[in-house]
Amino acid sequence: MTEATNELVKLSAAEMAAAVKKGDVSSRELVDAHLAVIEAAEPSIKAFLKVSGDVAREQADAFDAKSADEKAALPELAGVPIAIKDMIVTKGIETTAASKILEGWIPPYDATVIEKLKAAGMPILGKTNLDEFAQGSSTEHSAYQTTHNPWDTERVPGGSGGGSASAVAAFEAPLALGTDTGGSIRQPGALTGTVGVKPTYGGVSRFGAIAMASSLDQIGPVTRTVLDSALLQEIIGGNDRRDSTSIPEGPRPMAAAAREGAKRDLKGMKVGLVKELGGDGFQPGVEARFNEAVRKLQDMGAEVVEVSCPHFEYALGAYYIIMPSEVSSNLARYDGMRYGLRVMPPAGVPQTAANMMAYTREAGFGDEVKRRIILGTYALSAGYYDAWYGSAQKVRTLIIEDFRKAFEQVDVLVSPTSPSTAFKFGEKMDDPLAMYMNDIATIPANLAGVPAMSIPAGLSDDGLPVGFQFIAPQQRDEVMYKPAAALEAALEEDWNGPIWQDLKAPWLDGLAK
Amino acid sequence: MAEKLMKYADATKKYDVVFGLETHVELCTKTKLFCPAEVSFGGEPNTQLTPVSLGLPGSLPVVNKTAVDYAIKLGLALHCEIAEWSQFARKNYFYPDMPRDYQISQYDKPTNGNGYLDVELEDGTVFRVPIERAHIEDDAGKNTHVGGADGRIEGADHSLVDYNRAGVPLIEIVTKPIEGAGDRAPEIAGAYMRAIRDIVRALGISHARMEQGNMRADVNVSLRPSADAPYGTRSETKNVNSFRGIEKTIQYEIRRQAARLDEGKEILQETRHWDEASQTTAGGRLKSDADDYRYFPDPDLVMLHITKEHIAEMEAQMPEMPRERRNRLKAEWGLTDLQLRDILNADALDLIEETVKAGATAGGARKWWLGELSREANAKGVSLEELPVTPADVAEVEKLIADGKLNDKLAKQTIAGVLAGEGTPDEVVKKHGYKIVEDSGAIEAAVDAAFEANPDVVEKLKSGNMKPMGVIIGAVMKATRGQADAKAVTKIVREKLQ
Amino acid sequence: MPTFTREEIVHLGDLARIALTDEEITRLQGELNVIADSINKVQEVASDDVAPTANPVPLEAYLRPDEPVTPLTQAEALAGGPKTEAGMFVAPRILGSEE
Repeated sequence: MTEATNELVKLSAAEMAAAVKKGDVSSRELVDAHLAVIEAAEPSIKAFLKVSGDVAREQADAFDAKSADEKAALPELAGVPIAIKDMIVTKGIETTAASKILEGWIPPYDATVIEKLKAAGMPILGKTNLDEFAQGSSTEHSAYQTTHNPWDTERVPGGSGGGSASAVAAFEAPLALGTDTGGSIRQPGALTGTVGVKPTYGGVSRFGAIAMASSLDQIGPVTRTVLDSALLQEIIGGNDRRDSTSIPEGPRPMAAAAREGAKRDLKGMKVGLVKELGGDGFQPGVEARFNEAVRKLQDMGAEVVEVSCPHFEYALGAYYIIMPSEVSSNLARYDGMRYGLRVMPPAGVPQTAANMMAYTREAGFGDEVKRRIILGTYALSAGYYDAWYGSAQKVRTLIIEDFRKAFEQVDVLVSPTSPSTAFKFGEKMDDPLAMYMNDIATIPANLAGVPAMSIPAGLSDDGLPVGFQFIAPQQRDEVMYKPAAALEAALEEDWNGPIWQDLKAPWLDGLAK
Repeated sequence: MAEKLMKYADATKKYDVVFGLETHVELCTKTKLFCPAEVSFGGEPNTQLTPVSLGLPGSLPVVNKTAVDYAIKLGLALHCEIAEWSQFARKNYFYPDMPRDYQISQYDKPTNGNGYLDVELEDGTVFRVPIERAHIEDDAGKNTHVGGADGRIEGADHSLVDYNRAGVPLIEIVTKPIEGAGDRAPEIAGAYMRAIRDIVRALGISHARMEQGNMRADVNVSLRPSADAPYGTRSETKNVNSFRGIEKTIQYEIRRQAARLDEGKEILQETRHWDEASQTTAGGRLKSDADDYRYFPDPDLVMLHITKEHIAEMEAQMPEMPRERRNRLKAEWGLTDLQLRDILNADALDLIEETVKAGATAGGARKWWLGELSREANAKGVSLEELPVTPADVAEVEKLIADGKLNDKLAKQTIAGVLAGEGTPDEVVKKHGYKIVEDSGAIEAAVDAAFEANPDVVEKLKSGNMKPMGVIIGAVMKATRGQADAKAVTKIVREKLQ
Repeated sequence: MPTFTREEIVHLGDLARIALTDEEITRLQGELNVIADSINKVQEVASDDVAPTANPVPLEAYLRPDEPVTPLTQAEALAGGPKTEAGMFVAPRILGSEE
């Protein structure tokens, strides 16, 4: 190993892969380095629910033992370790969705994305924390622990994928997988200064992703650079016959688009500012960084116009009908029969199967999950279906139509990812509606199934990261990678380095060997 | 408490009967509806599962093409409109045998809609049963109730759940309300169910064995004062699993509801259960808000697109339908109406046809299956199909008779041997050394002995009275252990008398 | 506009098989009324001429060939079960006094 651990882990995944390829570092050394950071960082970050060190070392050794020819046949990120949101099923590694109801569950199968990572020779470092069943925007709804934002450990990392975002921001992992239903990859990306991508719906197999809201969920990359996300998405993407909602076409040429973008030439590209995603409710510091970034895009030759998506104001309402409806049905299976928790009714209550289920679910689910199940049960119930669920499905059509019209005018849409920077623990816990507002800018992409990503746009006045969102047309994920990589390169030139050079990471100090 | 019943004849005179049937037919695909777990009857519990059919977190359903093929074939047989776009929906309710706690079914966009089935009644009348829909859905697992009396759910201490059956494809055939049946409602229901059974078997899409639960029906019955009155409140008797049970359920419900209406009592909208032991239906759960199944399109599954080409492909594979086939065989075999009815009542059409295919004459095959073998089946209380004898066995015995190797008596003994598990007819014949004695020396000796033992009979025969001939032949047969050919014996007796 | 009564929350808890506590019922009633207010406006634009969308990407179902794969072993299937017996999952009695 040529570099000290605290330098090695700050490389991008692509750089780590290049070092592996050159023989400067082994996969095992990368794994050991990250396990060392995890050990040092976890007491203050708490990003991981489970560290699978033995599994990771074994996988790394197996990769290192491969012949040069075998290695050459693997994807570019081969040998680089990765962390997995605990919403994704891993054979033999406890998978809980951060819920008490699944405590101790060891899956007998791997998600498709996990099979792909294993085939790519990418060691699995562990399972990251999340809001229970990915329901929340701060990771405070985890039944196990609260994850801290590496930029300010008094603040939330966003959610639901706060664990994956914090792990990558804190250098505990170079890469992670998240799941994004209403912004659960992008909003934590914004709040932790990382890159988070929600691919086109159906672009990455959901087989083995624990379902929250099936028509909205999508697995995607969490990384520190745009290129790393592109490389990772190419590995995990593609058609899967075990997922009926998987699109038949293979992954788009995203890494090529990112590399093209790094040349910082956006001439001929039309960028649309979504009028409805800004203004009221967006922090001035967020808007300032956003506007500066838009000017950077113009500086690189992009033509920027304002577009209107008039039905976006109904997106939050539609989302909070469709999502809980699907949640109420998807989470029915946690009934104390086949896996996970079982709680028998107290004495005096008939000891029936129905009561066992009711007491198991009462004890096993947290407040936010219960709130959504009850809301969804209501939205689907006879007499209300048409007014609520039916109307929400129509709003969905209108939002898809808004996007279609917008993409007739521009190549890519942009907005701030989140209206605010990272907030303090407990700040929004008692106000569900305020918590839901965090996802105002990210939800439309989920409803319409279009790809979207968040990249760091700098630090707000409070010294906390701000996220910049790109949205591209369905099944054209590469279209957003080019301007994202261009903006990343332009901003890093301004900052004289990546955003994380401003991150104080005291847990790395002891690892300077 | 026993319910008051009105006499059937009075009830059907006084009230107009409306009934409906929801028939669940289990498809005989190799794998489950939404996952590639192999389906087989029996097998160790919880060994026919993938993460999907166990409802594990993260698992997703993918539609089995064969199940869709079968649904299309059934739709064609029932003259349904086959939807170009149909949709799977979730039916949400909690039950321990449901791995996901929702059933995947079809709701407002079923694959097959709006068809009919013409059923033929005993007297040749044809009644058209209107079909509302025939939709695809998956089955639940099985509960075994422990600790109560004779495995019943009532009083059980706990249940053991085997999810092997969970995810097996079903088609639910729902009739429209059937009107105008009058007092023939039970008969029409029975004939309809048998017709469905025959069709799905002919299509090869289900084993349709009611006793194994491959086919079961929910029976809806309501009464109204006259045919132009609005429908009355209906009762729904769940999971009736025999043809007789369905007929009797309708009969019973007509009598029960008529008695209630006569007394001015209301009919409760409830689910009931047919109790075979008491031959009554028992009240179950009242329909209530708890039946709010919160149907919605299954977001894990996208629209099912059935193209014209797909339908044409299935159409090309359609076999002859049972009614047409019956009429053809009736002509080919030269049957009277009564003879055909006997065959159908004995459920022997397939067996006889296969026996004929294996080389027997229609008359020979019919004689065995409706005679000897029907008696045996009745005695054992099993169906003809369940007897340990195959159409090939019967055809083999028939061939041995035709070749003059067995006589009737030996043939019956041979079949008895097959039924006793002694092997194929050939093996049974060899084992017992059955053969017709053609050695005239042995027969002559036996005739001589018979003449000697019955001098009075010989006198009568010699005087031209042939009536007691049977005594001599009987004695010869006894002496030769039945193996002598009766014709040869008669010939020798006649020779010796001259 | 929907307003949630206490009885409705209790009923929804039954439908969703969650034995909500009294305190939860009270809290949910308040929260859901606020949430309902904010999402109710979806009805404003959901006119009859708009078709509903169930799935964002227009796809038709892939039909899987009817070929079996190796199933889970019985041990794998039962491994997560809170209570098992004789190769099966144990359910408490299904009928009870409340039925």
